[in-house]
Amino acid sequence: MKKIEALVRTHKLDDVKEALGHVGIHGMTVSECRGFGRTHGKLEVYRGSAYTVEFVPKLKIEVVVPDGMVHQVMTAIVEAARSGQIGDGKIFVTEVLEAVRIRTGERGDDAL
Amino acid sequence: MADPSTADLAKQLADTQTSMNLMWTLLGGFLVMFMQAGFAFVETGLVRKKNVAHTMGMNVFVYAIGILGFWACGFALQMGGVGALSTFGGDATLSRELIVHIGGKEFGLFGMKGFFLPAALFTAPVAATFLFQMVFMDTAATIPTGAMSERWKFLSFVLFSVFVSTLIYPIYANWTWGGGWLSMLGKNYGLGHGHVDFAGSSVVHMTGGVMGFVGARTLGPRIGKYGKDGTVHPIPGHNIPMVVMGTIILAFGWFGFNAGSTLAGTDPRIAVIATNTMLASASGAALAYLTSTLKFGKPDLTMICNGLLAGLVAITAPCAFVSPGAAVAIGAIAGALVVLATVFIERVLKVDDPVGASAVHGVCGAWGIVALGLFANGTYGDGLNGVAGNVRGLFYGDNKQLIAELIGIGANILWVAPMTVLTLAIVGKLVGNRSRAEDEMAGLDVPDLGTPGYADDVPVSVAEEEKPAPKAVGAAEMAS
Repeated sequence: MKKIEALVRTHKLDDVKEALGHVGIHGMTVSECRGFGRTHGKLEVYRGSAYTVEFVPKLKIEVVVPDGMVHQVMTAIVEAARSGQIGDGKIFVTEVLEAVRIRTGERGDDAL
Repeated sequence: MADPSTADLAKQLADTQTSMNLMWTLLGGFLVMFMQAGFAFVETGLVRKKNVAHTMGMNVFVYAIGILGFWACGFALQMGGVGALSTFGGDATLSRELIVHIGGKEFGLFGMKGFFLPAALFTAPVAATFLFQMVFMDTAATIPTGAMSERWKFLSFVLFSVFVSTLIYPIYANWTWGGGWLSMLGKNYGLGHGHVDFAGSSVVHMTGGVMGFVGARTLGPRIGKYGKDGTVHPIPGHNIPMVVMGTIILAFGWFGFNAGSTLAGTDPRIAVIATNTMLASASGAALAYLTSTLKFGKPDLTMICNGLLAGLVAITAPCAFVSPGAAVAIGAIAGALVVLATVFIERVLKVDDPVGASAVHGVCGAWGIVALGLFANGTYGDGLNGVAGNVRGLFYGDNKQLIAELIGIGANILWVAPMTVLTLAIVGKLVGNRSRAEDEMAGLDVPDLGTPGYADDVPVSVAEEEKPAPKAVGAAEMAS
């Protein structure tokens, strides 16, 4: 099992959700978060003073999938979330040791 | 000391009555001005949190633009030829109307006196008239900011609002309230009392609703509102308590809107008007509750709010002329109508109106005008628009009054809709109407106004050149 963590633009949520649906992913966790990467936020002006929004709002989408699905899930997210402009986000993949569906006690891939 | 003569006493009484009428009219105007807060809350509650400053910004700034535009030009076009202000002591300062003669009949087109309120014209009656008419114009001007919210460039909104306050609103208002041709349909052609609109179902609300509908259609739907196959995606408002608060503020201000429109505190009819206004708002909310429950399975709170407002919009024209039962019926029909119209506009016409302004103000404004032509019961309005006898609708024996009302609706649409298209075309050529897609997706607060409506306590830093030098922490300080 692998956990795929995608940090995407907030308005891309619907597109990513739909794309994941097409490859058979029907469950995910989404949280609002903030961060910055190489571009270091955006310069804005408030009452004449320039300031930088260092931490830009993003959404974090997390899905845990069987090993065999990792590639197609990542491809689906990239295609749905990309605009080609700076700030499209990143995807991280990590190993997941165990999963349990609390209601039934199922474990491993069966719990996904 | 000599006793005052009868003539002196009569003059003092008349002066006192004029003062009471001025007070009442100003008080009404102050209440209507506060409706701007109601509009700001309703509209902002119904948009997403990323567009809060933008929507609030339009609602406060339209007030300022409106006053200046109305001062420079709008007031003169609207009221410059209204003639003697009968409740204000017969002040006849505003006396010049452009009239064309067709077939021996007079057609008043617009007023021509009062541009920039010259000091020579600035009598107390004219000042009160200006203030009162200005806040009504402002109500119409703020309606499109809801229908066009979340994707309307701020600069385009500013320029459009200049046209609303100087031209689009005042011309139609002149035709109905300023002595223009719609008000003369009774005198000229025997159509009842001409187009009668007591407090503005057509002049204010239809004008705002038609501008909002045409504007929303011109801008196109918000990104994500409709799927590629035409499916409708709901975009819920971000703050329902704001919507409710705004609705209550509007309902409060409406007492000034309707009862104030007698322009006379000495007219006992103000009690009837205020009560009819209250009744119609209640039945509007009740029927929106029932209709939304039947249609959607649960009562929809935003629809209940819009139903209450729809009842108020509909009773605005007939409020002085109808029985309490008719007021309840007029509000009830508006409450059902607003739910059906909102769904129709969103799903069939595919026009994205985030707050439902087209349905509330446009559709129910037109219904209010029709309702006057049906339910006016012949108990009020003697001498209105120069026609003797009280105002009667179809159900009370005067089918010609209804015809005059229908002409008023047609004239409103035929004037306001093309003018909105034309104005937005001009403004669009100059500065563009629609926000850039990336700004719309980020929310318009920061791209258009530089500050988010709800700023988080998120770490920010000042730009490099303005950053204060880091403070050195000396050893002595650390030791202490």
